[in-house]
Amino acid sequence: MSKVAMTVNGKSVSGDAKGNTLLVEFLREDLRLTGTHVGCDTSQCGACVVHVNGKAVKACTMFAAEADGAEVTTIEGMANADGSLNVIQQAFQDHHGLQCGFCTPGMVMSAAALLKENPKPTEAEVRDYLEGNICRCTGYHNIVKAIMAASGQDVGAIAAE
Amino acid sequence: MPKDSGIGAPSKRREDVRFLTGAGNYTDDINVHGQAYVHFLRSDVAHGTINSINTDAAAAMSGVIRIFTGVDFEGVGGLPCGWQVTDRFGEAMQEPGHPVLAQGKVRHVGDPIAAIVADSLEEARNAAEAIELDITELPAVVDMKAALEDGATKVHDDLTSNLCYDWGFVEDNRDAVDDAIKNAAHVTTLELVNQRLVANPMEPRVAVGDYSRANDESTLYTTSQNPHVIRLLMGAFVLGIPEHKLRVVAPDVGGGFGTKIFHYAEEAFCTFAAKACNRPVKWTASRSEAFMSDAHGRDHVTKIELALDVDNNFTALRTETYANMGAYLSTFAPSVPTWLHGTLMAGNYKTPLIYVNVKAVFTNTVPVDAYRGAGRPEATFQLERVVDKAARELGVDPIALRRQNFITEFPYATPVAVEYDTGDYEATMVKLEEIADISGFAARRAESEKHGKLRGFGVNCYIEACGIAPSNLVGQLGARAGLYDAATVRVNATGSISVMVGAHSHGQGHETSFPQVVAEMLGIDEGMIDIVHGDSSKIPFGMGTYGSRSIAVCGSAMVRATEKIIAKAKKIAAHLLEAAEADIELKDGQFSVAGTDKSVAWGDVTLAAYVPHNYPLEDIEPGLEETAFYDPANFTYPAGAYACEVEVDPETGQVTVDRFVAADDFGNIINPMIVSGQVHGGLAQGIGQALLENCAYDENGQLLSASYMDYAMPRADDVPFYEVDHSAQTPCTHNPLGVKGCGEAGAIGSPPTIINAVIDALHSGGYDVTHIDMPASPSRVWAAMNAVK
Ligand code: FES
Ligand code: FES
Repeated sequence: MSKVAMTVNGKSVSGDAKGNTLLVEFLREDLRLTGTHVGCDTSQCGACVVHVNGKAVKACTMFAAEADGAEVTTIEGMANADGSLNVIQQAFQDHHGLQCGFCTPGMVMSAAALLKENPKPTEAEVRDYLEGNICRCTGYHNIVKAIMAASGQDVGAIAAE
Repeated sequence: MPKDSGIGAPSKRREDVRFLTGAGNYTDDINVHGQAYVHFLRSDVAHGTINSINTDAAAAMSGVIRIFTGVDFEGVGGLPCGWQVTDRFGEAMQEPGHPVLAQGKVRHVGDPIAAIVADSLEEARNAAEAIELDITELPAVVDMKAALEDGATKVHDDLTSNLCYDWGFVEDNRDAVDDAIKNAAHVTTLELVNQRLVANPMEPRVAVGDYSRANDESTLYTTSQNPHVIRLLMGAFVLGIPEHKLRVVAPDVGGGFGTKIFHYAEEAFCTFAAKACNRPVKWTASRSEAFMSDAHGRDHVTKIELALDVDNNFTALRTETYANMGAYLSTFAPSVPTWLHGTLMAGNYKTPLIYVNVKAVFTNTVPVDAYRGAGRPEATFQLERVVDKAARELGVDPIALRRQNFITEFPYATPVAVEYDTGDYEATMVKLEEIADISGFAARRAESEKHGKLRGFGVNCYIEACGIAPSNLVGQLGARAGLYDAATVRVNATGSISVMVGAHSHGQGHETSFPQVVAEMLGIDEGMIDIVHGDSSKIPFGMGTYGSRSIAVCGSAMVRATEKIIAKAKKIAAHLLEAAEADIELKDGQFSVAGTDKSVAWGDVTLAAYVPHNYPLEDIEPGLEETAFYDPANFTYPAGAYACEVEVDPETGQVTVDRFVAADDFGNIINPMIVSGQVHGGLAQGIGQALLENCAYDENGQLLSASYMDYAMPRADDVPFYEVDHSAQTPCTHNPLGVKGCGEAGAIGSPPTIINAVIDALHSGGYDVTHIDMPASPSRVWAAMNAVK
């Protein structure tokens, strides 16, 4: 066990973590921030994506100790200050970009990282960026549409609801 | 203008707010105070005799609370099968036992042998490594046809063979079908495989068992599509716990697609162990564990023959299918290749004679059960592939051949025992032709060819049967359960409403769409209505969500209960307004006396029901709460026509889906946004089956695809934007909403569409390939091209 301290969603937190405690375990079990999900054990699904020092990271690929001193943002820290949905979250709701919601936190975190890098991504760029995020429910149509809408692009021409 | 609330409105989903902010409550998010963790030691061989299990060293390790093996479950029931199929000779299927933990033998990779309960998961895992297992490996039975040969190793020693059943349907048609095929002007034959798939909801299965000594009550939190079914199966058949002492809770469920219908060993184990250890016990599947313990889907090997007369009318259809059951019978497994498959073989066509033979086979593989579509994708794939092949052989247009054979009059009794109440296959085909821009295809093909690619167009029709029912009929067919659903509408004093339903959303958005119906009926705001689901202690006994049944069956129960509410509320309103009950009208949340300006509001009536000072107490009880159970008179029959265009790279065999158009008839629609989303998701799963996914075993029964490294899930760049339409609507004639269900259509209709398009693309390049088995991976396509070159 060793002490780890980090800033999560703007708050300083600390706890004891074994050397092999993953960041996702620390977030879910120690901090009880259960919005970050675990969908696989091979770093393929992206349900666990969080931001560490502003970069999208799969929280199942990083030890909690490696995030010592870092700024971490999880899905719980994404809403606007008044608690309302932020632009990306709102676009997901408006365009039905989620069904069961299990992949959703990872999708929103990846989308936020994408739009930071590339504020007006094309359809192909969005699809390419989501390579590491699996959704089994939506068929991706409305996720891609929501992300493009969140970037301020007109998605009215994209078929159907 | 679309409506902005009530039936037909694309209301935004209220559940999204919690899912988008990390505030969902999935089963793995639940930690019960003082909980222990269980790790299952699973078989790494496909078939073997357990000689001994020595747990002494493991039991002494740090943190270990107790280690369980098959012996601990000897007095306990096995996992029950919920459907008994009768074979074509009138005999019951062979039904092996399915112990919670292996007893004497292991029968598939992943079969649980021992369960280690410890203070932490890490300690449980470490202890598992110290268990000494002595297992003699036996030859594995993997191939279905080999499994049925004389002298084949038996998966279950106490059964006479590996044949679960040999089913014929309709058996009386057998000879007539043989004759029709013998005498046909043309017969098209196709042998194909509908490969094994893994449903892979993104949330792995989880179970948390809890036990209270204070009131002798057990609680199971589980990732289930149907908590009441689990309570009944586990309580009555496995653990012997009466319903009033057992609560099953399925909170937010992260996808299911069928695989979370079934009752699993881990659920029974955690419930049992919580009492035995007097500690809550939690199990969370890893993804690798999910691959070897979630029921798999499909896995059929089929030969299909379609007979046509000189005018290209379909005259007879004969199929022979081998259906893999895996090592044990999962909850509804026997029904999938039979009643959910054979009954759909007519498809959209008026083929007068059909005979379906299915041999269900035990093998040393993970059990197979319903996966999105369950039997109907298998039926559609064979039928639509053989129709396409026939069109090519006869040199006729595949759309024209389908059209010519469409069923056009309803109700229509098929030769495979079901009656389609309504439909209009021409209407969805016309819609499809409009949207698919068929006239522009030649130019798009030319453009692809300029870039060295082959472009193919594929078309497909499908019919599905949703809301399986009625209970008395399915009982005759072997179901050991009813297939009604239930809803309780509880109106509160101030007029707000809780609706307790037996259906359970695992992504379908019931919390939004169900209130739309009640709001429409009462003329009040959707926001006044909430759905309660997923907790057996709060909801009436209902059968859950699968088979696209929620709105058609449970929604109908909710309508019936709401009708009872309206009837009683009108009595109260009549009393308050001093008018005759027959004169009371309900509109926009106001009860008024016809032809007058006298009215009372919804809230006045609900308050009177709970504060009955001015109230007809001699005639009616106080309160405003009603329950209805609804047992449908028939299945519903959504249908549609799909088309896609693919590009094949002849250099690599790589297939790219460029366009996909779906024209569906779902009858009336409650929330078109949600319906489109359901179709999108089904299409991606169907495209996944057609091009990517394959659950493979080697000849020793080793599972080769046990993670996302080797099981190819469709990703965002594997699929295009879809064009979906559901404006062609023939409302269901026998349920009060006229709804049919939409959850599975996309997964049923898309695989043959894609393969038909791939074959078309190859033909355009001069490759005379007649069939490619799914997934049409680059290597398979390339090999098929080279085989004919
Ligand atoms: S849980 Fe991290 S990638 Fe799947
Ligand atoms: S919404 Fe269910 S996995 Fe994406």
